[in-house]
Amino acid sequence: MKRLTGLLNFLAIVSMTCIMTVALSDPANSAGKYKHPEPQEWGFNGLFGKFDKSSIRRGLQVYLEVCSSCHGLNQVAYRNLKDIGLTIEEIKEISAQFEVMDGPDNEGEMFTREARPSDKFVAPFENEKAARVSNNGAMPPDLSLITKSRHGGADYIYALLTGYKDEAPDGVEMGDGMNFNPYFVGQQIAMSQPLYEDSVEYSDGTKATVSQMSWDLVNFLHWTAEPEMEQRRGLGWKVVLFLLVLTALLYAVKRQVWSKEH
Amino acid sequence: MSANKNNKSPTGNGLVNWIDSRLPVFSYMQKEYGEYPAPRNFNYWWNFGAILTFMLVLMIFTGIFLSMQYTPHVDFAFDSVERIMRDVNYGWLLRYLHANGATFFFIAVYIHIFRGLYYGSYKNPRELLWIFGVLILVLMMATAFMGYVLPWGQMSFWGATVITNLFSAIPLVGDSIVTWLWGGFAVENPTLNRFFSLHFLLPFVILGVVVLHVIALHVTGSNNPLGIDPKGPQDTLPFHPYYTAKDSFGLALWVTIFAAFVFFAPNFFGEPENYIKADPLQTPAQIVPEWYFLPYFAILRSIDFDIWFIDAKLGGVIAMFGSIILLFLVPWLDRSKVRSARFRPVYKWFFWILLLDCLLLGFVGGHPPSDHVFKDIEWLLFIDLGHIGTAWYFFHFLILLPLLGTVEKTKPLPTSITESVLDGDTSSSAITKSGGSM
Repeated sequence: MKRLTGLLNFLAIVSMTCIMTVALSDPANSAGKYKHPEPQEWGFNGLFGKFDKSSIRRGLQVYLEVCSSCHGLNQVAYRNLKDIGLTIEEIKEISAQFEVMDGPDNEGEMFTREARPSDKFVAPFENEKAARVSNNGAMPPDLSLITKSRHGGADYIYALLTGYKDEAPDGVEMGDGMNFNPYFVGQQIAMSQPLYEDSVEYSDGTKATVSQMSWDLVNFLHWTAEPEMEQRRGLGWKVVLFLLVLTALLYAVKRQVWSKEH
Repeated sequence: MSANKNNKSPTGNGLVNWIDSRLPVFSYMQKEYGEYPAPRNFNYWWNFGAILTFMLVLMIFTGIFLSMQYTPHVDFAFDSVERIMRDVNYGWLLRYLHANGATFFFIAVYIHIFRGLYYGSYKNPRELLWIFGVLILVLMMATAFMGYVLPWGQMSFWGATVITNLFSAIPLVGDSIVTWLWGGFAVENPTLNRFFSLHFLLPFVILGVVVLHVIALHVTGSNNPLGIDPKGPQDTLPFHPYYTAKDSFGLALWVTIFAAFVFFAPNFFGEPENYIKADPLQTPAQIVPEWYFLPYFAILRSIDFDIWFIDAKLGGVIAMFGSIILLFLVPWLDRSKVRSARFRPVYKWFFWILLLDCLLLGFVGGHPPSDHVFKDIEWLLFIDLGHIGTAWYFFHFLILLPLLGTVEKTKPLPTSITESVLDGDTSSSAITKSGGSM
């Protein structure tokens, strides 16, 4: 009888978990037709996943040479690039390419200066209005948290970057200046295909195919979205293993304390 | 009092005795958490009191440290949270503990409530205990709602807009109340400021009500899986070491599961959209509350028809708040004298149906009402499931519970806890021993 109640309780918990998972899952295509992204084998997947630093550095190059003309990265500072293996000289070289407004100086005047490693990535546009007027009315989103802030995460960004089709299929009415991409909600995206074969030239000899650049860029953007990931998982293993041992010990204590009462 | 001071003192330590005879904190702890006679037959569902206490303390501690780094201003809130995640030492840990802590707090409180419903823990003489408990739930919901607004993401902003707008359904004064809640004519900086202030205040109110909840518990004594009162010392065990040991084990197991989510899937329960900064000009495709509000959200949206002079919006609001207020009345809606569902063969089934109904409502709450539940079944929309789920919820509490009390034929209750635990073998040495030591 006791075992049966235990089993029932167990079943209740399992069914509860299942229903919750379904309830929390992506509401299927409720906001218009789109294709679900295919899962990819990212190095950062799973419980032991790590950042692929050389891919992230190539992704930084793709961001700087292609994406950064429209998309900001306003949560990331140049100094953070140390975490992906850049030297302070390399970081200074990158930040020096950008100008930031500073001041007021002792005369009360605002002035521009070269960006320093302590500055955040300089945004391509002064403000949202400026961004929209240069982009056919659309606002290019900031990319700092892009893999965290979209359903499908890294897989989705990769699918979007590699999923552009030259022409919309028959029967799809395209808006003015819009581009067809089956992975985007509504399948019409204001951003035109950003990456083409050899859009960048990798210094490490990697061939710059569209899928390679997209792969590197998503690795980079996943790092900008959760730079703490490796530290988090590393600490997580220690904490969870400690808690498992503690739980086992406390169970033994409980058995010992109760041994006279059963 | 002073006559038996010496033999009552909890330790032989002079300083402890000195303090205790002036402020009896030590003898209070000894009485309420040392000797407190707890029924000997608690199962593991009784762990959740300790687990909830832990979660509340964890939330208060992580919250205080987060508030030292957080900026409650619409222009800076989102970025200050990201700064916590990136630049504050272990800030990511604090924030993920706090965000996932809310989720695990609610999982624990829902288990605790359903435990009470199954074993009839709300019945005479524990009505006030239950009412304090429901009050804690209401305060937790208000706290969680306002806390979710603070990161100032898209769901923060639009969730706040939708929920505060509910008050506009109140006839005549509705719109004025909403303006008053907002501190303006839209969810704006004054709204964020007051939500931050209240989100800081309410946990301490919860702590106060928890104290009342525990005091009320220690006056009536704990219920137990059999739902019968302990007849004497042979039916109880001192809280320490028996239940301190059992609670410690249960709590450690709980924290292990919690930690697994914090470190390996910290955004599992979150909504990706909330990592986009709030934009009052861009409505998200779908506005969904946090998972723990989904059943109420489903009830709110299930009233999509006018009832006499009550329009659908007001009806939904009444139903949603009613579904919680109903819980206050459960001790009087349930007319059965038998507490535990173990001896209520009919109620037992309806308990599990109610649990499934709440899960169904949660499932419905996460989907747009006009969506198809299954792709191939044309006639079944989420709103239909919402209607059924909502109707059943109110049917359970308003009709079934009072009815079962009179028509259900309950099973015979065991004469004592000890008899039931030891299968009637009252001459066992264990009883004599524990009985003698008390």
